Amino acid sequence: MSAREEVLSRVRQALGEDRTTPDEVVRDYRLADGRPAGDPALLELLVDRVEDYRATVLRCSPAEVGATVRAALDQGLGDGWAAGDVVVAPGLAEDWRPAGCDVDDDRPAVQLADRAASVTAVAVAVAETGTLVLDGSPACGRRALSLLPDCLVCVVTADQVVGSVPEGLARLDPLRPLTMVSGPSATSDIELQRVEGVHGPRTLLVVLAG
Amino acid sequence: MKVALFATCLVDTLTPSVARATATLLQRLGHEVVVPPGQSCCGQMHVNTGYRREAVPIVANHVRAFAGAEAIVAPSGSCVASIHHQQAAVARRAGEHRLAEEAEELAGRTYELSQFLVDVLGVTDVGAYYPHRVTYHPTCHSLRLLKVGEAPLHLLRAVRGLELVELPGAEQCCGFGGTFAVKNADTSTAMLTDKMANVLGTHAEVCTAGDASCLMHIGGGLSRLRAGTRTVHLAEILASTEEAVTPDQTTKPAVSA
Amino acid sequence: MTATVPPKAPTFLGLPTAPRGVGHLRGDQSFPDAARGALRDGQLRANLGHATSTIRGKRAKVVGELPDWAQLREAGRALKAATMARLDEHLEELERQVTARGGVVHWARDANEANEIVTRLVQATGTSEVVKVKSMATQEIGLNEALEAAGLDVFETDLAELIVQLGEDSPSHILVPAIHKNRAEIREIFARTIPGVDPELTDDPRQLAMAARTHLRERFLRARVAVSGANFAVAETGTLTVVESEGNGRMCLTLPETLITVMGIEKVVPTWRDLEVFLQLLPRSSTGERMNPYTSTWAGVTPGDGPQEFHLVLLDNGRTGVLADEVGREALHCIRCSACLNVCPVYERAGGHSYGSVYPGPIGAVLSPMLTGVEDNASLPYASSLCGACYDVCPVAIDIPSILVHLRAEHVEAQERPTAEAVAFRGLARVMSHPRLWHLAQRASRLGRLIARGRPTLPNALPPPISGWTRSRDLPTPPKETFVESWVREHGS
Repeated sequence: MSAREEVLSRVRQALGEDRTTPDEVVRDYRLADGRPAGDPALLELLVDRVEDYRATVLRCSPAEVGATVRAALDQGLGDGWAAGDVVVAPGLAEDWRPAGCDVDDDRPAVQLADRAASVTAVAVAVAETGTLVLDGSPACGRRALSLLPDCLVCVVTADQVVGSVPEGLARLDPLRPLTMVSGPSATSDIELQRVEGVHGPRTLLVVLAG
Repeated sequence: MKVALFATCLVDTLTPSVARATATLLQRLGHEVVVPPGQSCCGQMHVNTGYRREAVPIVANHVRAFAGAEAIVAPSGSCVASIHHQQAAVARRAGEHRLAEEAEELAGRTYELSQFLVDVLGVTDVGAYYPHRVTYHPTCHSLRLLKVGEAPLHLLRAVRGLELVELPGAEQCCGFGGTFAVKNADTSTAMLTDKMANVLGTHAEVCTAGDASCLMHIGGGLSRLRAGTRTVHLAEILASTEEAVTPDQTTKPAVSA
Repeated sequence: MTATVPPKAPTFLGLPTAPRGVGHLRGDQSFPDAARGALRDGQLRANLGHATSTIRGKRAKVVGELPDWAQLREAGRALKAATMARLDEHLEELERQVTARGGVVHWARDANEANEIVTRLVQATGTSEVVKVKSMATQEIGLNEALEAAGLDVFETDLAELIVQLGEDSPSHILVPAIHKNRAEIREIFARTIPGVDPELTDDPRQLAMAARTHLRERFLRARVAVSGANFAVAETGTLTVVESEGNGRMCLTLPETLITVMGIEKVVPTWRDLEVFLQLLPRSSTGERMNPYTSTWAGVTPGDGPQEFHLVLLDNGRTGVLADEVGREALHCIRCSACLNVCPVYERAGGHSYGSVYPGPIGAVLSPMLTGVEDNASLPYASSLCGACYDVCPVAIDIPSILVHLRAEHVEAQERPTAEAVAFRGLARVMSHPRLWHLAQRASRLGRLIARGRPTLPNALPPPISGWTRSRDLPTPPKETFVESWVREHGS
């Protein structure tokens, strides 16, 4: 018998002939926050939760995203950064990109480690947990883009901000490679004291438009 | 109400004053107390040590002893929890379905003392007098299995003369755990040491609880240390009045054993 | 590790257990013996006390934030129960979906088979280096040892796993494997073992984390093969999930050409939607955060993004035996959050190594004996005072105390010859079920009054097993009369 057949037959043996019918799964937890996506209170909550992870949030109007991304980079890299230090997702809106910056292409992923910062969009943001989700779409870029540069700038638009985890997951495609980001890389492995910044980006800046 | 008192094997054999106090208290509150002489043990020690088959006749004896009782009260959260959560299950596993049903039915009428007083009788002031500084340890089975909650604290707060002090780390186990105290004596002692440190830190004269077993553990440790602080069961505190001071009690003032 | 291999392979409820001689599920000492040493280690006690009280506070705070925690917990429990009841179907669906998206699914009956599969897959890539994401399943099967025996270099990349690996130590906690080490001890390990480390390195946690970053950065960038575990695998979509904090997981899941994921068969969940429950329960229960910094999901292979070769190894290693136990099967619901360890008064004092298995604490005390067969870990079900704190915090409501009690009975009932304890308990059961005998026995206990010689407590030096009590606690002298006796004397029967 192959291992596959054997493991499956063991499972069947373990469960027996007349399997017990388990209780029905009742989903009486909060499926929705109650506030529509982009509600001002949700944006406030997102800011509070993201800042609680010691990430930085810069708020702006939809028209000011480009300037705010540059301000975020000033903050993350210090004044005097060059366009060549920054690499952006290929599908990032034209007017969000810092002028002259590098656009990610199909170079070997490890080469992204040479860049100081990256800029991406997000697919959805969950206010209650302060989570941004990148879904590998052209606007969010491939996974390595938001991983290797030490400073990550994510642009979130108000309509992408939902209240709860169930609402967030419902907006995502499980077949895409997803990265859920809640604050900068962190560890609590030493005496359970949280230290921000280990292997992933040590600096996370969120530009919240709207 | 006619109340059948289940003393529990440990209290009956080693600390009868706790059962006596329970009876005195219930009588003072105007209830008739009966003590079925055929009672012995709820079977918990056997079940928890792995002798669930052997526990079945013990459960049967318990059910026999208390058959027909209107309400059953025990001064032990742990034993009542076992009656509620284990007796029917071990009987059912052994194929004794009739016994399981009887045990279940009996469990529905079995109460831990503080729950009986507060939730069934609706009493919090039992007219007790106990002029001592007291800290309360919520034993694990009362706290987590029976969920007695604030009932013992409500009762203690209504006792005249009693100064109640909060126990730090109150919800941490004292390390008794039945045969755990012997099979894992070192770990049990380490847990006890931390519990005693917290008890002594309150500078209470008395540490009380709703379980004689945990109190025997904590009290046994405090006694070994010559700590001075002693353990007294909740029933004994609630049974105490100005009139009921006796010279031969380890707990003064209290009822006579 | 057990020295003697019996002629017959051990089973649990008729199904093969995790094999002996491989992996890390069995200790070489009983729990009481191992704990005795640990309890004397003042540094360990201080480290554990500090760490567990910190995490307990964080967990309580973020769990308290959710008004629907009880409903989420019940949904988590019910989802797991429903999954187990149809586990074969979900595994077949998972296999179909992963395969359809370019992944390759392997099945492993046990630790040896899983280790062989992974070793073969790594060797096929022609590389000699493997980077690893912290994974309980690969710790369980001893994959690192197997890969090293095949001449491969294995790098643990989780900070705590790195500390354990560099310190030639073993993990003592599910989530924080180096919880038993404090910052000063970690600094010492890093200063001694990391080549080229800054000699000025202090014990500041930030500095230590940065030293690990520098040490591993280059390895991530050159790695061609990574091995991971999985927190969840969604059957309907073939989506794998890894929950982590540091980004080392993302490095391993993203940069190498080949990814090999080893997953216990119980980790499957039926639908994508089910993650809406578990991604709320897990982070709050484990690190006490609203959400862990990084959660990665992937389905098979994505062209142009991440590894272009993906293997999923589905591991039994005793799990089907656990599934066959109608009481113990709940232990398979565990999502490895470690909340039960953090609240356990026994774990907090004895530490993780005392359990002798990669699964310590309350969940380990039930899971390890079931995976190996109870007799190979017979002391573990007794390593609990049954205080119930573990059940209260378990995010999927595993009734650990009841399973512990059940396994104690399985152990007792597995004995072919009666032990002294069994003889005593059987005798006592007979006595306790006959009131006349019981009253006689109670009278006999008054013999204790003779040895007490009028003192309120019995002497300290008494024979075993009572000595286990009297070594550190006084035992009251039995009274002259039991309560029932005196009541009957006063009131008649």
